[in-house]
Amino acid sequence: MKPGGFVRAVMLAGFLFLWLPILLLVGFAFSADRIPFQWGGFSLRWFGALATNERLLEAAWLSLRIAAASATLAVLMGGGIAFALARFGPFRGRVLFGALAGAPLVLPEVVIGLSLLLLFVALEGLIGWPAGRGAFTILLAHAGFGAAYVAVVVQARLAEAERSLEEAAMDLGASPFVAFRTITLPLIAPALIAGWLLAFTLSLDDVVIASFVSGPAGTTLPIALFSMLRLGLTPEVNALGALVVLGVGSMLALALWLLGRRQA
Amino acid sequence: MLKATGLEKRFGAVPALAGLDLAINAGEFFALLGGSGSGKSTLLRVLAGFEAPDAGALTLDGQDLLPVPPWARPINMMFQSYALFPHMNVADNIAYGLKRAGVAAEERRSRIAAALDLVGLQWLETRRPQQLSGGQKQRVALARSLVMRPRLLLLDEPMAALDAGLRERTGLELRALQRKTGAAFIMVTHDQQEALALADRIAVLEAGRVAQIGPPQEVYARPATRFVARFLGAANVLEGRMRDGVFESAEASADIGTGLPAATIAVALRAEHIRLTNADEAPVMTGILEDAAFRGDDWLLIIRLRGGARLRVVHPAPPPAPGSAVGLAWGAASVVPLFA
Amino acid sequence: MGGGIGGAAFRLMRRGILLAPLWMWLLMLVAAPVLIFGVMAFATPSDGVPPFTLGFRFAAFAMLVEDFYYAEALLAALRLAATTAGLCLLIAYPMALGMAGVRPAWRLPLLALLMLPFWTGFLLRLGAWIGLLRDEGLVNHLLRGLGITDAPLALLYTQGAMLAGMVHAYLPFAVLPLFTALIRLDPALLEAAADLGARPARVFFSVTLPLTLPTAAAGFLLVFIPAAGEFVIPELLGPPEAQVIGRVLWQEFFQNRDWPLAAALALALLALLILPIRWFQRLGAGA
Repeated sequence: MKPGGFVRAVMLAGFLFLWLPILLLVGFAFSADRIPFQWGGFSLRWFGALATNERLLEAAWLSLRIAAASATLAVLMGGGIAFALARFGPFRGRVLFGALAGAPLVLPEVVIGLSLLLLFVALEGLIGWPAGRGAFTILLAHAGFGAAYVAVVVQARLAEAERSLEEAAMDLGASPFVAFRTITLPLIAPALIAGWLLAFTLSLDDVVIASFVSGPAGTTLPIALFSMLRLGLTPEVNALGALVVLGVGSMLALALWLLGRRQA
Repeated sequence: MLKATGLEKRFGAVPALAGLDLAINAGEFFALLGGSGSGKSTLLRVLAGFEAPDAGALTLDGQDLLPVPPWARPINMMFQSYALFPHMNVADNIAYGLKRAGVAAEERRSRIAAALDLVGLQWLETRRPQQLSGGQKQRVALARSLVMRPRLLLLDEPMAALDAGLRERTGLELRALQRKTGAAFIMVTHDQQEALALADRIAVLEAGRVAQIGPPQEVYARPATRFVARFLGAANVLEGRMRDGVFESAEASADIGTGLPAATIAVALRAEHIRLTNADEAPVMTGILEDAAFRGDDWLLIIRLRGGARLRVVHPAPPPAPGSAVGLAWGAASVVPLFA
Repeated sequence: MGGGIGGAAFRLMRRGILLAPLWMWLLMLVAAPVLIFGVMAFATPSDGVPPFTLGFRFAAFAMLVEDFYYAEALLAALRLAATTAGLCLLIAYPMALGMAGVRPAWRLPLLALLMLPFWTGFLLRLGAWIGLLRDEGLVNHLLRGLGITDAPLALLYTQGAMLAGMVHAYLPFAVLPLFTALIRLDPALLEAAADLGARPARVFFSVTLPLTLPTAAAGFLLVFIPAAGEFVIPELLGPPEAQVIGRVLWQEFFQNRDWPLAAALALALLALLILPIRWFQRLGAGA
């Protein structure tokens, strides 16, 4: 049943609301004016300024590495958690297991950040590890909540996938491990990839938790951006925004195009 | 060949198998017939190794089968949903079991080709399961199991997902396959037509136990319990008891038969064995014709007896008007005594 | 139950090997931190590094109860979260309806369009809002250019700016579950209602709305719960007086270096959110 005019109007307004600030951000990245969001003629100078901004570049590089590493760890653990919840039937402590698995999804970021910092401080006091806080603690923290998101995505996929496929594999002579490797894994691969991308994005985007658990050497891009934005705005932010939007946008477009081709 | 004794299995408070005994011979087509909740699917899963029974024994040629995991049993299963691997094409699906068994590529190729030939799907090797029709999927599932040359093939409601027209033909093809390969087939079904038509022996399951086991004609003609009588065919079951060698039934308010064993507690009377008497015959019983349904070849009549019971009668010709009084008769041999 | 690779037929030992590292992970990174909170809330602040001494003092909790400032912070946060979630839902419903009503081929691109803002980074989007709303920002620039105002309007660092930022950040999360629920809705139900004489608006209120209400509630909570602890948006876009609990916690921790108080505040926030969290989990289980 086709939606009426009012609904469509609101939908368009909604998309406009979401996109206008972003489009303007990207558009003004090409402005020569020193004052952000003012048009001073076409220029790429801010991209150049970005390229020489050591601080931001270092922070970006750190963030990318942490995001990739924590996403990978998150997929490993989150995938395992999802598998246990979806395939193991009842086991001792299952309810607690499920509650712990889902907790990071519903706790506010400040709570997660503070609690993890306290954990790291306590661990350092007790066993001397982790020594100090920085990139490694950020990695652990991000993997911790990333795993919860991955678990949700993979669990949904596992719930859909017929168990009888795994049983059929075993009936044909595959041990549980071989059945997992040849049947289950290929089938949940898309969910694992989606989970990785989700955890990657969340890590790259996080400022609160990283601020809590970081140390002197652990300035991630969001942390750097946050301090910048608190003080004011420079057009370098526009340039960064333009790069990210165009980069992610084109990747998404590519993914959509590939998906469309596969279905044809 | 396969022997199950005293199998028990509960799921929580629900008993799925309640002391089930069964023996399957090599090379026979065996049907497990029962309604939902009869335990037939659970039994199949126990045989395949996906469920472990709470009690009981299971042996294959005398060897204990229970500690053997599913991937090591010389038994293969055809799943009701077919369970074809969606990320592999037909050939790879069929090759899966052979690869697990370490069969060399050359031999695999020839065996896959032979299996596809057997089920009549030679040109579909590179198709994916999503591109196949229901009937084609079923054949691929069959080929995938048969290529393993199992001694015993378990089939879980193999024809349930097919259209009615396809079912009969597929059933006969299935039996031809069974004869050809020589493997024992155990087919689970709720469709009595299928079971009667295809099986060498049938076991009727009720509430986790075998109610009756035997060749189709025997189970059909001499049901042992009320349940079996009602499950197979349109049988009328009349309650009553023996008194002085005569079976009295209050529902029929008449004496139905003589010479039945003393332990008879009910009798079964097949609808097609009862006939309407002509005006000059003495009927065994009378009743009022309540309803009639035309079935193409014959009519199904519902006749109400004086004692309140309703009998179903199959009549080859157009019946008298509803409401008329009719007389019924049958041969003495048609009365089957029931003891349970 | 009991099927597949993890089926009951297989030895528990195999499962134990797989579960052990997972348990360790969850206990270390989820359970332990929450427990440590409890310990920290009873400690006392000190000047050392780290700035606390363990003990069993109620000082932090006492401060919470005595000083209204903290209670107000909690209330302010709940108010902001409720307003944000409510606004999001109000906009999300028509948006989801519109998206669900387009041709199936357009669904995936629309979904991408919805989620792309999320993928581009939350801080950058806030930067865009700052750029638009500040005194030298685009909106004021346009208004002055068009001669509508002389002096710049204080748009940034207001409640309105904060709310706009919140809705902008959380809107996709309200739309997504509704959209999914709406496309799963059996069209036959809507057609049956129409067949029985209901007009489109009536169909919505009598069939669509009741059936998607659980999802709407879940969407509301999906926004409400994290928004209650929000720090960044109030800090970057809100007025100084918008002292929501997220900001207060941050300040107590980073500026006042009072870790026990921060822990106590976090516990208070958690306590307030327990009921919504439980409700959300129950909705999820029913879905």
